Amino acid sequence: MTAGNNKWIGQSVERLEDPPLVRGRGRFAADISFPHQLHMRIVRANHAHGRIAAIDTSAARALPGVVAVWSAADIADIPPIDFREGRIPALEPYRQPVLAIDKVRYVGDPVAAVFAEDPYVAEDAADLVVLEIEELPILLAAEAEPGEFSAGRNTEVAVIHQGYGDVDAVLRSAPLVVELELGIGRHSGVPLEARGAIGRYDASRDILELHGAAKVPHRNRDLLARMLKLTPSSIHVHEAHVGGGFGIRGELYPEDVLVCVGAMRLGRPVKWIEDRREHLIAANHSRQQLHRIRAAVDNDGRILAIDDRYFHDQGAYVRTHAARVVHMTAGILPGPYRVPAYRAVGHFRLTNKTPAATYRAPGRYETTFVRERLVDAIAVKLGIDPNDVRRRNAISPDEMPYHRPLEALGEEIEHDSGDYVGLLDKLLVALGWDKLKAELVARRAAGEAVGAGFAMFVEKSGLGPADGVRIEVDTSGAVELITGGASLGQGFETVMAQVCAEMLGVDYRRVRVTHGQTDRIAYGIGAHASRATVMTASATHNGALKLRAKALDMAAELMQAPADALDIVDGKVVRKDQPLGPSMSLGEIANHLAPTSKTLGDREPGLSAEGWFRVEHQVYPYGLHFAVVKVDRETGGVQVESYAIAYDIGRAINPALVKAQIVGGFAQGLGGALLEEFTYNERGDPLATTFADYLMPTVRETPKVDVILREDYTSPLNPLGIKGAGESGITGVGAAIASAIDDAIGMPGAVTQLPVTPQRLKQILNGRSS
Amino acid sequence: MKPAPFQYHAPTTIDEAVRTLAAVAGEDGRVLAGGQSLVPIMAFRLARPGHLVDINGVAALRRLAVDGDRLSIGACVRHAAFHKPVVDGPLGRLLATVVRHIAHYPIRTRGTFCGSIAHADPASEWCVVAAALDADMIARRAGGTRTIPAQDFFRGIMTTALDEDEILVEVRLPILPADTRFGFYEFNRRAGDFALAMALVTYRVEDGMISAARVAVGGVESQPRRIAQAEQVLAGRPPDRAAFEAAAAAVAAAVDPLDDATTSASYRRDLAQTVTRRALEQAAA
Amino acid sequence: MIEKREITLTINGRSHGVRIDPRRTLVDAIRDDCGQTGTHIGCEHGVCGACTVLVDGEPVRSCLMFAVQADGRQIRTVEGLANGAELHPLQQAFIENHGLQCGFCTPGFLMLATGVLEREPDISDEDLIDVLSSNLCRCTGYENIVKAVRAAAAKMSAGR
Repeated sequence: MTAGNNKWIGQSVERLEDPPLVRGRGRFAADISFPHQLHMRIVRANHAHGRIAAIDTSAARALPGVVAVWSAADIADIPPIDFREGRIPALEPYRQPVLAIDKVRYVGDPVAAVFAEDPYVAEDAADLVVLEIEELPILLAAEAEPGEFSAGRNTEVAVIHQGYGDVDAVLRSAPLVVELELGIGRHSGVPLEARGAIGRYDASRDILELHGAAKVPHRNRDLLARMLKLTPSSIHVHEAHVGGGFGIRGELYPEDVLVCVGAMRLGRPVKWIEDRREHLIAANHSRQQLHRIRAAVDNDGRILAIDDRYFHDQGAYVRTHAARVVHMTAGILPGPYRVPAYRAVGHFRLTNKTPAATYRAPGRYETTFVRERLVDAIAVKLGIDPNDVRRRNAISPDEMPYHRPLEALGEEIEHDSGDYVGLLDKLLVALGWDKLKAELVARRAAGEAVGAGFAMFVEKSGLGPADGVRIEVDTSGAVELITGGASLGQGFETVMAQVCAEMLGVDYRRVRVTHGQTDRIAYGIGAHASRATVMTASATHNGALKLRAKALDMAAELMQAPADALDIVDGKVVRKDQPLGPSMSLGEIANHLAPTSKTLGDREPGLSAEGWFRVEHQVYPYGLHFAVVKVDRETGGVQVESYAIAYDIGRAINPALVKAQIVGGFAQGLGGALLEEFTYNERGDPLATTFADYLMPTVRETPKVDVILREDYTSPLNPLGIKGAGESGITGVGAAIASAIDDAIGMPGAVTQLPVTPQRLKQILNGRSS
Repeated sequence: MKPAPFQYHAPTTIDEAVRTLAAVAGEDGRVLAGGQSLVPIMAFRLARPGHLVDINGVAALRRLAVDGDRLSIGACVRHAAFHKPVVDGPLGRLLATVVRHIAHYPIRTRGTFCGSIAHADPASEWCVVAAALDADMIARRAGGTRTIPAQDFFRGIMTTALDEDEILVEVRLPILPADTRFGFYEFNRRAGDFALAMALVTYRVEDGMISAARVAVGGVESQPRRIAQAEQVLAGRPPDRAAFEAAAAAVAAAVDPLDDATTSASYRRDLAQTVTRRALEQAAA
Repeated sequence: MIEKREITLTINGRSHGVRIDPRRTLVDAIRDDCGQTGTHIGCEHGVCGACTVLVDGEPVRSCLMFAVQADGRQIRTVEGLANGAELHPLQQAFIENHGLQCGFCTPGFLMLATGVLEREPDISDEDLIDVLSSNLCRCTGYENIVKAVRAAAAKMSAGR
């Protein structure tokens, strides 16, 4: 395999996605319309918990322009939304019905669906639907005693146990035990484009189309097929442009099912576009966990055991992710450190809030905060530098691959490669840490409340088990790469085109990348868990090499030269020793491979190939975050003055895109650390229902990030040696900023709850002075 | 989040505007000027006016001019008009300083000074300006015109002395003496957000002592107001750190802060003290 | 019964005669009645700026205006920035500086920047950050947006 001279791989080329987007020619869900379409509007519960005594839709139905108003009774044959990975009987009772049956369980719970000629009228009609609710007790804290979910069932869905070793024995005999209670506030991805779905039934072909899908089109198609009792091949899921996903978009939601059922039963396309208030109360929440953690430590700061009991606030139902996040939390909490004995007990509990699921670095943002607070606490107790605690506990390169008898995302954890302490050292050098530390000391002496904090973490990416692509070259030489992947705005097309182009020998701009269309390729697991670059790029690599071989095989015969004497340069097959000599374009070769071509011989027709990549294990990239913050002691305001992220990505196909992903992730992490929170009053009314209450960082709050990208340890698990990067920017932000705030105010361990709002910080500061 | 249906009226004179409002006030008729506060509330359907009287077409309401010792600001004068000082001297500079804190640039191209006053959000910057400077609000109805001084105008959260058939056609601010010092300080979660607390202070210095002190806070209570106790503390004292701290403490003691699920009264009280002192420090700088 | 109104929306120099309810927002009229879907809706309550267009040269949140209020005005949207195949310096700069990822906020930023730079080509860095803080982006962390706008500002200044 001599192909590849880094003409495209490793280059920060301009994105293929950009030209239509900067012209406003993108096609997002709201931009898609069909003739005679109906507009759907969801009537949502205004009570956090109650029995549905009556639903009166008569006034709504009477409004001119309203075609139908459904409640659960009208779709009694549609089952609740199942789990992405398949059936999990123990969790089935907690699934969300498409429209509420008997009870409403959170403000925002879909109770009825209005179908009207116009979205304004649909909203008018929704206002006319009258819900009679008999209120039930409200549960808003996962750590409180569980309540009743349904007859004979309480709100503790499951208890997760992961661990190894005799934790109690170690705790009893340990020189030191550190104990913390830590909370991460409820927040989520909140992309700038709210959700949208258009269902259309093409009766002429008996095909049901769902437009606006994202992230996992094939999985959603299969789940829909099961729910609606259709064959998977009779459902086409189409992804258009997507305005950000971050983990929360693309799961199958009630509204996606409703537009499909509506289209089929009402005989017209059904369009649903979510508004912002709806999004903040109905799209997946995330992150809210409370951890009560203890660590047994020796006098040098080495961790001997960790015992963590945590409460995962799942909200009102278990959605498509089942127990993925709460389970993963237990598996990955140890992070980059050796933990000789470990016990994690996770309470998977329901509350009367919007249901929760994955959000960028799910379980890792949370556990990195918890684990790194622990590191700081250990350091303070022993009077040593937290980075020395990290050095003493971090797994070393010669211990790789490092296996842990813990599970996350369906596989046992095995760190494949890396040098965690080595990266820390590189970061410290890049920061000029000694000098910087002295500067901070001087500034504090002069009265400023400034401080610095670090966080170290291991990421997971490249979730398999398999991905495949098909590559086709037409008679003009244009290349189409058909994937089962998905694009949420991260530059998926460009990266795949770069890999394809490099291995095949064409200009990346000649590669059209197709994704998110289930009628173009039979299998796909989308784009999530930072898997796209690892899995789809690896499959593309393999497919492109096969295609190349096929082209050279045909060319060899036509050019009267052995295949290994030929190369493909810029779409033309040339002799290696005569690069400017006679050539054949890939288009001509495609012609020769046409089914009726005289030169086809015994070959399979068409210049096309499939490529597959299978992997048993995920890869484990790793990184460090560093923050410098300044605290306003009088207001409790926090300003992040500077930030650095060091990350080993194995190999970066497009460094600019990787950096962009990391910086974007950082901004979201910043929001979670200081600004964003879904809060509720005692009646279970959500308080953050507008962008004036759910605060996301603007350019003013977001400092520049110094991204130190390393390619020290390519992954041995895939042909390109790549790891993923989609989540690395966000993972450590809560931890690093918390640590820096403690340092700035001179109160170790002060921050135990995210987000650190000015009011919370002021309370902490007041508490000290009183 | 589409607004509920309404009848739309677009008068071209003040007379037509007040007559139209008189006719529709009973059916929840509202005035539409910049719309930057009203339209979001309509989008959430927290307000469902049956009629909107759009005054953007009334040329006479765009007037911004000095009338003797007053700056007259017509109902359709946008926030953006104040980016550059509209009058020489401290008042122009004060307004240009405050305007930068109002929301964001594209809001300021549409939103109006008088609209903010009529809307009376406790966190509105222009409202605290009006309270601090004892502005006069000119209210007009079909039957006549009246002048409402600031201290009688703001009645509570989004509540003013305006009757439902009155349009706030003009606000008049005093042209401040040329040696007036001013300071404005606002604390919010992010740039452009509603103020959690803000203070506007003005004073003059005569023989090294503070005179004519005005200290107003906004965002802290249900409406902005001058804090007499703080002004008394400052009167006749040199403008030094001790005076400013004493005045700030007086504000903290005097205010009755709003209390809600997100922001507590005690935190607002602390903020009121901080923003007052910082506004005074700015004035002295 | 609310009467529909006949109005003319002049978008990027082309006139569109439409018949609409007074409550129809400008952004909905631009997108659905005039078919220009480049302007996006991110919040419908005037905070995110995705719907930013230019009305008579000024950046405006089109979700906070009713279409009837824009009758007879000059509206410019992202679709009008390029000159045929030739991209506007801002569009080119966004591509060159990786100033977009999902692209949903991009038209709003482009029109905001266009409006501001046309009015104030030599805007200071501090004022530029102040203006750019008007709009939300969830993907990029803003760094590359700032770079792109600065690069375009330099080009637009030089071209004068």
